[in-house]
Amino acid sequence: MRTARSRGARLGVLATIAVMALSACGGGSIESETKANEEKAASGGGECGDLNMAVNPWVGYEASAYVVGTVAQEQLGCTVNYKELKEDVSWQGFGTGDVDVVIEDWGHPDLEKKFFADSGDGTAEDFGPQGNVGIIGWYVPPWLAQEHPDILDYKNLNKYAQDFATSESGGKGQFLGADPSYVQFDEAIVNNLDLDFQVVFSGSEAASIEAFRKAEDNKEFLIGYFYAPQYFMAEVPLEKVALPPYTDGCQDDPQDVACDYPETELKKIVGTDWAASDSTAVSLVKNFTWTNEDQDVVAAYIASDKMSPEDAAAKWIADNQDKVDAWLS
Amino acid sequence: MTAALSVDSLWKIFGPRSDKIIGTPDAELSRADLKAKTGNVVGVKDVSFDVAPGEVFVVMGLSGSGKSTLVRLLTRLIEPTSGSVQLGGVDITSASEGQLRDVRRKQVSMVFQHFGLLPHRQVIDNVAYGLEVRGVPKKERRAKASEIVDLVGLDGYEKSYPDQLSGGMQQRVGLARALAGDPEMLLFDEPFSALDPLIRRDMQNEVIRLHRELGKTMVFITHDLAEALKLGDRIMILRDGAIVQIGTPDEVVARPADDYVKDFVSEVPKAHVLTLKWVMREPRPGEAMDGPTLPVTTVVRQAARAAIASDAPIRVMDGDTMVGVVDEEDIMRVVVAEEEA
Amino acid sequence: MSQVGPGLRATAYVETEKLNNPKDRRPVEPGAAPPVVEDSGISRWVPALAIVVLWVVAWVLTKGTHTLDLPSLSRTDLHDRLTEIQNGLLESRSTNPFMQFTNAIADVFRSTVDWFQRLLSKPAFPRPVPQIGWLGVTAIATYVGLVVAGWRIALLVVASFLSFGVLGYWDPSMDTLIVVLISVLLAIIIGMPLAVWIGTSARANAVVTVFLDLMQTMPTFVYLLPIVLFFGIGTSAAVVATLIYSLPPIIRIAGFGIREVPTTTIEATDSSGQTYWQRLFKVQLPMARKTIIVGLNQTTLAALSMATLASFVDGPGLGKPVLQGLRVNDVGTAFVPGVLIVVMAVMLDRTTTAASERSERIARGGGHANPLQRRIVVLGGAVVALVAVYLSRTYVSLAEFPTYGIGRSISTAVSDFVSWITTNFGGVTGGLKDGVTDWLLNPVQSVLAESPWYVSFLGIAALALVFGGMRALAVCVVCLLGIRYLDLWHDAMITLNMTLVATVLVMALALVFGVWMARDRRVDLGIRPLLDAGQTIPPFVYLIPVLALFGPSRFTAIVAGIVYAAPAAIKLVADGVKGVSPTTIEAGRSTGQTTWQEITKVQLPMAKGSLVLATNQGLLYVLSMTVIGGLVGAGALGFDVVYGFSRSEAWGKGAAAGLTIVLLGVMLDRITRAAADVRRDDGPGTRRAFNVRLPIGPPGT
Repeated sequence: MRTARSRGARLGVLATIAVMALSACGGGSIESETKANEEKAASGGGECGDLNMAVNPWVGYEASAYVVGTVAQEQLGCTVNYKELKEDVSWQGFGTGDVDVVIEDWGHPDLEKKFFADSGDGTAEDFGPQGNVGIIGWYVPPWLAQEHPDILDYKNLNKYAQDFATSESGGKGQFLGADPSYVQFDEAIVNNLDLDFQVVFSGSEAASIEAFRKAEDNKEFLIGYFYAPQYFMAEVPLEKVALPPYTDGCQDDPQDVACDYPETELKKIVGTDWAASDSTAVSLVKNFTWTNEDQDVVAAYIASDKMSPEDAAAKWIADNQDKVDAWLS
Repeated sequence: MTAALSVDSLWKIFGPRSDKIIGTPDAELSRADLKAKTGNVVGVKDVSFDVAPGEVFVVMGLSGSGKSTLVRLLTRLIEPTSGSVQLGGVDITSASEGQLRDVRRKQVSMVFQHFGLLPHRQVIDNVAYGLEVRGVPKKERRAKASEIVDLVGLDGYEKSYPDQLSGGMQQRVGLARALAGDPEMLLFDEPFSALDPLIRRDMQNEVIRLHRELGKTMVFITHDLAEALKLGDRIMILRDGAIVQIGTPDEVVARPADDYVKDFVSEVPKAHVLTLKWVMREPRPGEAMDGPTLPVTTVVRQAARAAIASDAPIRVMDGDTMVGVVDEEDIMRVVVAEEEA
Repeated sequence: MSQVGPGLRATAYVETEKLNNPKDRRPVEPGAAPPVVEDSGISRWVPALAIVVLWVVAWVLTKGTHTLDLPSLSRTDLHDRLTEIQNGLLESRSTNPFMQFTNAIADVFRSTVDWFQRLLSKPAFPRPVPQIGWLGVTAIATYVGLVVAGWRIALLVVASFLSFGVLGYWDPSMDTLIVVLISVLLAIIIGMPLAVWIGTSARANAVVTVFLDLMQTMPTFVYLLPIVLFFGIGTSAAVVATLIYSLPPIIRIAGFGIREVPTTTIEATDSSGQTYWQRLFKVQLPMARKTIIVGLNQTTLAALSMATLASFVDGPGLGKPVLQGLRVNDVGTAFVPGVLIVVMAVMLDRTTTAASERSERIARGGGHANPLQRRIVVLGGAVVALVAVYLSRTYVSLAEFPTYGIGRSISTAVSDFVSWITTNFGGVTGGLKDGVTDWLLNPVQSVLAESPWYVSFLGIAALALVFGGMRALAVCVVCLLGIRYLDLWHDAMITLNMTLVATVLVMALALVFGVWMARDRRVDLGIRPLLDAGQTIPPFVYLIPVLALFGPSRFTAIVAGIVYAAPAAIKLVADGVKGVSPTTIEAGRSTGQTTWQEITKVQLPMAKGSLVLATNQGLLYVLSMTVIGGLVGAGALGFDVVYGFSRSEAWGKGAAAGLTIVLLGVMLDRITRAAADVRRDDGPGTRRAFNVRLPIGPPGT
């Protein structure tokens, strides 16, 4: 029993020392901060209220979301709730008030049909372009473009088909399809352009990125679906392969697609109820627009420099207050 | 005097549609044939008997003879298929759940082969369990239980847990638990078969002692004939769920009802069981009638010494009347027959 | 990640106990017919081989026809009809009374979690910090650990809580704990009555077990969307998903414990005239207590793994930084929170186990030799904890955990280490991948998936008959018909193939490491923590390095499946081999056998029950990783589920794929179970062990 007592005593002493050590260094008082907060609340920063910002799972999106969110929080006094959700779930949230803003939408005709006013329940609405332009297409790692420049034309792809073959492609060349979240016509394109390729889906963005990174590192043949803006482009600048150019309507029938993907104007989608509210963040979101280059900068802070999204956004805002002021006017 | 327990035409058939069989010719089939034909198994087949107050009634049979099923039917731990059981004036078979619970709480207790103790409770609380479920306050039931613990010779072990005791001691706890509620009747389901021979003997003596002291009616299930003969006022032999014979120990040994029982009792030391009733004879003309007297219930072995010491045959008395005689030769016949066997 | 790591210790213990003590193995009664002697297991391989040969011949003649191949992004009418159901629900969400009911429940969950968060993990406005700061929380947790489980556990608790803060994940850790604790509490409230029900009624058991199987095999992605539909986004969905996933273990195991209370005891106490409730509370529950604790333990760990996954629907907690790691393709970022999940699992597991052992000891009077001293510790500890709470409410530095760089350094080190591995071993791993793919994966897949569907149907059914008998055949046919109906036959066959190949590899590992661990205690001590971690760490953490080594492919999915399934199988084999009676081994040694003979002729045959069980678990664990496989390029059913979760128009296909996975799981489970039943020499122990068989794998995303 004596051992137990001395153990207990030792624990107690240890704890006391730890507490004293910690309270000695940096003993800011909570009370004062609480008062400050109360005063701030009393003085009325409440014109903004809550802003529920969906965060879809890719870094570029995160960059846009946290930049807008940080501005709303720091300069409008909003309470910003970031909700990490996939696209479909985000859209479902407009109706329940769980989500107010989707800041970067790559085009979801099916969701628009369900939630826009003209054909669906009218819980969501289009809030205009946010400035980024999505460039979807077929990409190869840079070493390949350098070594075999002709590969950047789809007509020459069959020549290299065997080099692209993998354990998964059943003897044909492998075309790496993407995360199933994205609209993809590659199976049809391969068919309709008579390419000797087999589409194999990576299943996730992470898998696609790892595959391209590995291909560049090991000088392996790889071609697949990819897109910009994407932070990974800064690390490994993939080269786009030219497909027959996009023309209006060439992707209307999914079976017959034989052309490149169109450039996509990325949009802001917001909840109808929130848009009609008097929150000061509504006009911020309405006015928000930036460029692919802007987004790449923030995305690189997050992905390459391992900054937290908040810090990354704050850094960009500090460097670009002029752009931010334009959104706030 | 009314019987403490009265069983009439009791049946238990396990299996689907078991209630449809009694009364049909199928009921007369052998166990194996019935199983093959209908998938039902007969546990207890048309059993009737009475047990008098204060009697020790032993039910004896091999495993699978239905004896364990029978004892469970008596308090409806298993539902009978048909027939009736009267226990202390209550019709068990038609009793409501409440009545049944009452009977189990106050009139009958049971001791089990594998003890069935609660491993998470101390000896004292195991013993008091029956009182606890009746709602007896803690203090009172503990006092009563500790009395009983002393009675079965476990004093000092009140605070132990069952797994800290030997098998024999655990069964004493089982016995104490059964006694604690002060029931009129005790049921024993092969209580000592899991114990070592020496301990078994102690426990048997313990039961005999308790019976002498407390005078409870007992129904005792066993597969051990020696145990049956030692404890039973009467013995009922079961085979395949049906009664083969009911009788006192000496009756069973002396007049087995069929070859099955005969086979069973063939190894029994008859001199230890048979009374003079089964060996005496009419006096022969001219025999000396001045030999010593012994009661008719004397066991043969005990009569041997007197018979050897006396030249004249022993006079066997039932009360004041002489009912027959035995001489040394009559007794030797029993003893020698046994040794040759 | 159900049978989450550390908990498996307890489960495996229960299982091997049962295996080694087949109580109900009765001697044959006199007069009964002698038992039917079955042919040894070997002979079953002959008809099996014949079936395979016939199948291959049929494949050569007909290959490529009627394979029911459906392109990855295509759907059938059935799938669209399923999608319509979900759309219908979505449209009616503001009018449907049931959904209003679920929304009301969701509000309760949301506000409860919110209350706790303000208490522990997020600023309770107007305070800049939560009501109780890190110091107070740590002190309270340590105090609880000290009181319920002793000073060793108290140290473990301190270390765990400090590691949450020092590594930089204090708030998410608290969030995870909150969701886990609320879900477990609900699981107990809902689960215990059900456990009593299935523990006391064989019919209820049969019915409920079907639902439990369904709940445990269904990939989480499939029901995550409907949950969001009924319960909204965020904490409410997280609580519901966690609850659903963590409910089965407690029902199953506690029910099993109640069922296993010896009949003699029930009879003995019944004969005292007890009522139903007296029987339940005085006999059944106390006697099943140990098993119930194991169930609770498993439920807690299942909740922990699911709480991580709930971050897909904005559930709070450590899952978020793990997913962030996936988003930026950085293993280091995901690694630290992943490890903290393991730490939390170990802490919860050891604490509950120790608390249960201790309460047992105390109940038996072996607790505190000195009650006065105990009282001093209890009171003194409480005072210290309260002081700590007060301090943590007063000083910022005791409320907000100070920031340290160590978490970041670990991340970077891990990332660097992994990239070093991938650069240097890329060649070896490529060869391994191609070898397994060309020699194992592709040949079997051709036969399974490229035969006409009816040929594969017949082949699988015939094999089920050979290995599992008539009952397995019946279940198998029902499942295969279901799979055929769901229109994903070709994908199902590819997934089945990957599952089988991965399980073969898992069992190879399990035999080697299991026997090694069983024969050498030091190896056991060294490997077991790694196995625990392998089972507990969220698969997303090792997805990136595995991808970096093997690229997106079926083999990558198989590797992920092996990482997840092998620990469970290894432990089962090790415990099984260890459970072989020393007498038998001594007897064998006395004949002068070699070590090899001892392993192959004594230890493995005698541990056969465990081997069958390990195979069963291996199959189901691997299958449960199907969806993860879909994320790393394995295609087939996993991809279909991810596709359905990602695009609303394909939800029906995802649901169909989820159901197909369930059917495959039921089929494989029942065939292996039946195979275990057919073998008489396993004794009833194995059959019982299957009853406690727990959660089937990770929430499988």
